[in-house]
Amino acid sequence: MSTGGEGALYAKRIPIHPRSVRGRFRRLKYAVLALAYGVYFLLPWLRWERPAGPDQAVLFDLPARRFYVFGLVVHPDDIFWLAGVLVAAALLLFFVTSLAGRVFCGYFCFQTLWTDVYQLVERLVQGERAARLRLEAQPWNAEKIRKKGLTHLLWLAVAFATGLTFTLYWADAPQLARAFFAGAAPFPAYATAAFLTATTYVMAGIAREQVCTYMCPYARFQGVMFDRDTLIVAYDRARGEGGKGRHRPVRGLRTRAERHAAGHGDCVDCGYCVQVCPTGIDIRDGLQYQCITCALCIDACDTVMDRLGWPRGLIRYTSENALAGRPTRILRPKVLGYGAAFLLSVALLAWSVAARAPLEATVIQQRQPLYVTLSDGRIQNGYELKLVNKTERALELAVRLAAPAGAELDLGRIRTVRLAPERMVRVLARVRQRPEGAARRVRFRVEELRGRVAPVEREAPFFVPQAAGGG
Amino acid sequence: MSDRGADKGRGAAVQTTGHAWDGDLQEFNNPLPRWWLWAFYGTVVFAVVYWFLYPAWPVGRDYTKGVLNRVTFQAGGETVTTHWNTRARLMLELQDSPAARRQRQYLEKVAAAGYDEILADPDMKGFAWSMAKGVYGDNCAPCHGSDGKGRIGLFPNLADDAWLWGGTVEDIETSIREGRQGFMPAFGEALSERQLDDVAAFVLSLSGHEVDPEAAARGARIFRGETGGCHYCHTREGTGLKSQGAADLTDRIWTVADVPGRPTLAGKKEEVKRVVRDGIRRTMPAWKDRLDPVQIKLLTVYVHELGGGR
Repeated sequence: MSTGGEGALYAKRIPIHPRSVRGRFRRLKYAVLALAYGVYFLLPWLRWERPAGPDQAVLFDLPARRFYVFGLVVHPDDIFWLAGVLVAAALLLFFVTSLAGRVFCGYFCFQTLWTDVYQLVERLVQGERAARLRLEAQPWNAEKIRKKGLTHLLWLAVAFATGLTFTLYWADAPQLARAFFAGAAPFPAYATAAFLTATTYVMAGIAREQVCTYMCPYARFQGVMFDRDTLIVAYDRARGEGGKGRHRPVRGLRTRAERHAAGHGDCVDCGYCVQVCPTGIDIRDGLQYQCITCALCIDACDTVMDRLGWPRGLIRYTSENALAGRPTRILRPKVLGYGAAFLLSVALLAWSVAARAPLEATVIQQRQPLYVTLSDGRIQNGYELKLVNKTERALELAVRLAAPAGAELDLGRIRTVRLAPERMVRVLARVRQRPEGAARRVRFRVEELRGRVAPVEREAPFFVPQAAGGG
Repeated sequence: MSDRGADKGRGAAVQTTGHAWDGDLQEFNNPLPRWWLWAFYGTVVFAVVYWFLYPAWPVGRDYTKGVLNRVTFQAGGETVTTHWNTRARLMLELQDSPAARRQRQYLEKVAAAGYDEILADPDMKGFAWSMAKGVYGDNCAPCHGSDGKGRIGLFPNLADDAWLWGGTVEDIETSIREGRQGFMPAFGEALSERQLDDVAAFVLSLSGHEVDPEAAARGARIFRGETGGCHYCHTREGTGLKSQGAADLTDRIWTVADVPGRPTLAGKKEEVKRVVRDGIRRTMPAWKDRLDPVQIKLLTVYVHELGGGR
């Protein structure tokens, strides 16, 4: 028990049954939902012709350590692009949030999107808010069991589709889907699908707004990017309350003129804005951390205002400055800074991707042994060349020594190296120089014999012992 | 953003712990959400299930082994089935993981290929090099060194281009498989101190050292004549004889006398004299009974590549 003595130690969730609403923001959110679901569920099935490699447009092939994203093949050593993408995404989030508030939460977050779909299912099976409340209150009879059961069944179906689709990104989609239902898919596919089915079902069906209020770190730290010029969903208190507060439209308070004369504002206290809220708050209490700026209360209030024939915007996108009658500044140093940082990170990432080398070569000097003195007095150093073919065609490579002129390169019996697409090979090489005046750096040159890719040159140190004339 | 609205909206009064710091700083005493409690119960259930599935509780000197989690792997030609444990999982992983299977395929490919194929194919050569590194480290490195440079006077350098017993893959494989007996008789009793001086001078002259020409000429006569008889193994020109494992004395490489390690000519001469006086008796053991043919093949490629081979 708490020190207070009476409060329970664990708080039960207060169930929220949001009412549906129509309006421009609802339409916009459904459009985003359709787009997001379309991309997520269809992308693994999109085929893509490649000269070599799988014919799936987006495939994260972990066993082969290749990530195929349309025309781009990402090798493990390019994985820092992922960091680049994450940095750019974070900066975009900062930029948008400081400009327009929690746009991500309200429109794009998968928790919001999946919860939306789950609520659609709920409404389809159990009816509108009033019907759902009635169903909730009634005892467990056949109707309640049927409706609740069907709802949870459909939820599980959506969750399973979500979980299965996720696994399809990591293997050939048609093949894996067939194997999955034939019971022949690898264990990780089943485990991943089961785990994501469970989390989707729990998060979108049961936990819902608790994810945003208790679990999500983004929800909390986006608050620090807010300032008084940030766009928020807000209730126009001055207009809504008037001098004496909001009031229901009883007789004598039905027109704006009557209300204003009586000192009441435009808010008719219908409660629609509270009923549609997916996180169960009253927007009229001001900016709250639970608000994900889904803007459904705007649609609700606009609907009511339209019906009354009063101007829209009692609840609207605005800023704290604007509400207080001060001008809103959009181009603030913070916004410009985030925007510039975002553009810079995108430009760097794009440059890095565009300038990727089709043929990667690295040279490592052998340290064991560092050098050997040969019978004719020359010094020999050993090298390991790692060549990676990042093109989708086979390459015929020759390794030569570009500098110094007097040195001898020994590749043993290897004349040319044929390197299959997407493959890596290690070539052992030895370089020999006379100790007197030996160059301390050697330069290897890897050439494609058919000129398909530009030659690559790599430098490596050459070690000469002091006793043999080295410095 | 403010908490006020939420608390009012939910109709719950805000409780505090009753403590106050700095006058007005108080701590909320909000109840934990119920789902948190259920998550906690969930971890308890998880733990109990875990006790039954995996090794968990000590019982005397033994412990509960867990059910349904047997691990079967091969050990020394036998199939071993044991309760779940990470060591057995590792054994299984080493034998049965996709990487292990791929390695086995490569190994079979290399085992079936001839030396010419392996040496001409960078892929197979690279694989053999990597695989052999471990075999070399376990078996050869104690004497020849992890870098293959050996130790002057004791163990030959494998990384240079001088091959006492031949540098072709066939010669190297024979050396590893059958072992080698390096022998040079001691001339301490057959030759006088003066004669030893002369032979040493001649030997040094072979590799371009500036020595007394008269001493060298005397030494040459001993070297090439019956007195020393050095030429039987080292040849008249001093270029050595592979069949005897006799060193080439005309090059810059010294495997027994540490000539490069002595700064003065007198020191160098003393080194050569010491070897001629005391002789050499070195043994490389035969590995055919300790390593399997594939391991010997991998080692042959490795040693060949270390110095560049012939």
